[in-house]
Amino acid sequence: MNIANYLYLSALLFTIGSIGVVLRRNSIVVFMCIELMLNAANLAFVTFSRINGNLDGQVVAFFTMVVAACEVVVGLAIIVTIFRSRRSASVDDASLLNR
Amino acid sequence: MNTSNNLLYLILIPLLSSAILLLLGRKIDRYGHLIGTLASACSFVIAVVEFFAMKSRDVTQRAVTQKLFEWISVGDFKVDATLLLDQLSICFVLLITGVGTLIHIYSIAYMSHDRDRRRFFAYLNLFIAAMLLLVLGDSYLNLYVGWEGVGLASYLLIGFWNQKPEYATAAKKAFVANRIGDFGLSIAVMLMFANFGTVTFSGVANHAESASRSALTAIGLMLLLAACGKSAQFPLQSWLGDAMAGPTPVSALIHAATMVTAGVYLIARSNFIFDVAPTAQMMVMIIGAITLLFGAIVGMAKDDIKKALAASTMSQIGYMILATGLGPVGYAFAIMHLLTHGFFKAGMFLGAGSVMHGMHDEVNMRKYGGIGKFMPLTFVTFGLGYLAIIGVPPFAGFYSKDKIIETALNHEGSAGLIFGSLALIGAAITAFYMSRVMLMTFFGNERWTNRADEPHEAPFLMAAPMVVLALGSICTGFLFTRGESLVNWLRPVVNPAGEQHLVEHYSATSISIAAITAVLIGVAFAAIKYLKQVPNIAPDNVSVFTKFARKDLLQDEFNNAVLVKPGQSLVKTLLNFDYIVIDGLVRLVGALSLDAGQTLRKLQTGYVRSYALLMILGVTALIFTIWLVTL
Repeated sequence: MNIANYLYLSALLFTIGSIGVVLRRNSIVVFMCIELMLNAANLAFVTFSRINGNLDGQVVAFFTMVVAACEVVVGLAIIVTIFRSRRSASVDDASLLNR
Repeated sequence: MNTSNNLLYLILIPLLSSAILLLLGRKIDRYGHLIGTLASACSFVIAVVEFFAMKSRDVTQRAVTQKLFEWISVGDFKVDATLLLDQLSICFVLLITGVGTLIHIYSIAYMSHDRDRRRFFAYLNLFIAAMLLLVLGDSYLNLYVGWEGVGLASYLLIGFWNQKPEYATAAKKAFVANRIGDFGLSIAVMLMFANFGTVTFSGVANHAESASRSALTAIGLMLLLAACGKSAQFPLQSWLGDAMAGPTPVSALIHAATMVTAGVYLIARSNFIFDVAPTAQMMVMIIGAITLLFGAIVGMAKDDIKKALAASTMSQIGYMILATGLGPVGYAFAIMHLLTHGFFKAGMFLGAGSVMHGMHDEVNMRKYGGIGKFMPLTFVTFGLGYLAIIGVPPFAGFYSKDKIIETALNHEGSAGLIFGSLALIGAAITAFYMSRVMLMTFFGNERWTNRADEPHEAPFLMAAPMVVLALGSICTGFLFTRGESLVNWLRPVVNPAGEQHLVEHYSATSISIAAITAVLIGVAFAAIKYLKQVPNIAPDNVSVFTKFARKDLLQDEFNNAVLVKPGQSLVKTLLNFDYIVIDGLVRLVGALSLDAGQTLRKLQTGYVRSYALLMILGVTALIFTIWLVTL
């Protein structure tokens, strides 16, 4: 199989993720789309690692997973807190800077 | 040139005394006046010693100097703080310390009821020190220090009773008018430095011969402006009348005998400039002639005895300035009149103070009358001063004023005839207004209202200085003219070439007769008008001219219209410019940044999604750019 197909998949996933971030209103979905983008990037890293025949990309992929895990912890905490105080998980409701 | 170590002490003793009196404060209230008087007397003793030492030396060796320290040293420009005592300055030093000491003694009694007497003596000492520095400086810059010092002392003393707002205003007025003159002096000093590279008297004198005519004229006119400010000459004369707000001894010492004559000293000292700048010299004569008539006319209408005497001072200094404008021959006579005037005018001011002392500080002569028999000593001493100022032979004023009139009339050209005649008219008016003062105060009906306590004679401490000054009014003129002693004494300084009038247009005798006739006419007019009943209140139905004169010939109105009003509107314009243009710019910058912030704020929508979109678009644009570049 052509190894470039992994890269196409990665680009596709990233695009889907970014469109989700821009278009969806539910913060959990937005959050999941961000995860999707991170994983798309991971896929690209691993693929490049494979193409170049070294481990650099795989190492970065691990780092990305760690960062993603931390981000989930913090991000979910924020979302839960906002939901508790405002009874809403819509990202458009949290637009206080606008006022 | 000889040196002397005593000159510093002349200045230092009164200066130290002034500092002690001011710094130790109320603790020495009980004997502060004695310290002040003693300091002044010490200076006088030193001055007398120096005078006799100078007299015993050969004519060419008479001037002495004392270098105190190197004051300014910038490149080629060097100014030393050096004192110079020559034939001209010793006259002033003796006058300042001598009359100064007498007035200190007088003030002990005159100010005895004032709780700030110690402060008064501190200022008097400060004045003596500054005035001595003025006449002892060997360069225009040193003179300038003293010049400013006497201005300060004069300001402090005019406003001595500054709890009265109008007195404080009078002090301020004197200070501001003096500042205009000081400005002229500073410009003159700068011009000297620019043109000659030196500001010492001897240095400037050496360069003056070869300097350009226009530079000399400019310097001369600026020096004249300085003299006008300090000596209350037209057009800066208006402060002197108001300066009478100060205690009477101050009026006697500063505003009659010494400080106001500093302008005459300045011009006489700068003879080497004026002698080669005929335009400036002509201006000096014109200013002198205008002021001598101006003061005399104002003096005719004043009911306030001190203001009448102040107007007279202005007029007499006009005579001196006129004399300094007459060239090398005139300087000595100007100084002679200055010295005799110092005696008789100070004496009369002290007499006026004595009358005020006896009359509960009443200054309006219409409330006087017939005081002569209650205060015989004041009457006699004032009377001697009166005879001296109007120029009755053989009193002092006759010799000095007669010499000025004679010199003016014998001046070459039509100018001599014009100024000489004006001086003669001035002599007649002087006789009139001084007789008016004399008659309204000491003769006629008694017009004071408080019958219960009659005027009382001055105490001894006040009477003694009056007697000494009256003796001076009698004999100084005779002493100065005998064998032309003062003229010969001053010749090396003010007339080194020994110039004489080429032609004697009029003989001395005929001029004397004319002058005495003028005086008699003036006295006769005064006698006709004021020997009868004098009304208590100044009558209203008087001629336009009298009204003019009562208002000081509109000098304040003139100043208001020409200087104060335009000055105020200029300030207002500048204020508006500052408010509208400068502040407007600042506020415009503020408003612009505010508007820019408000506009840019709109980018921050608060929607996370739009931020994400912006990020994505940004990254896309970045990648696209990189791709384009690497293509």
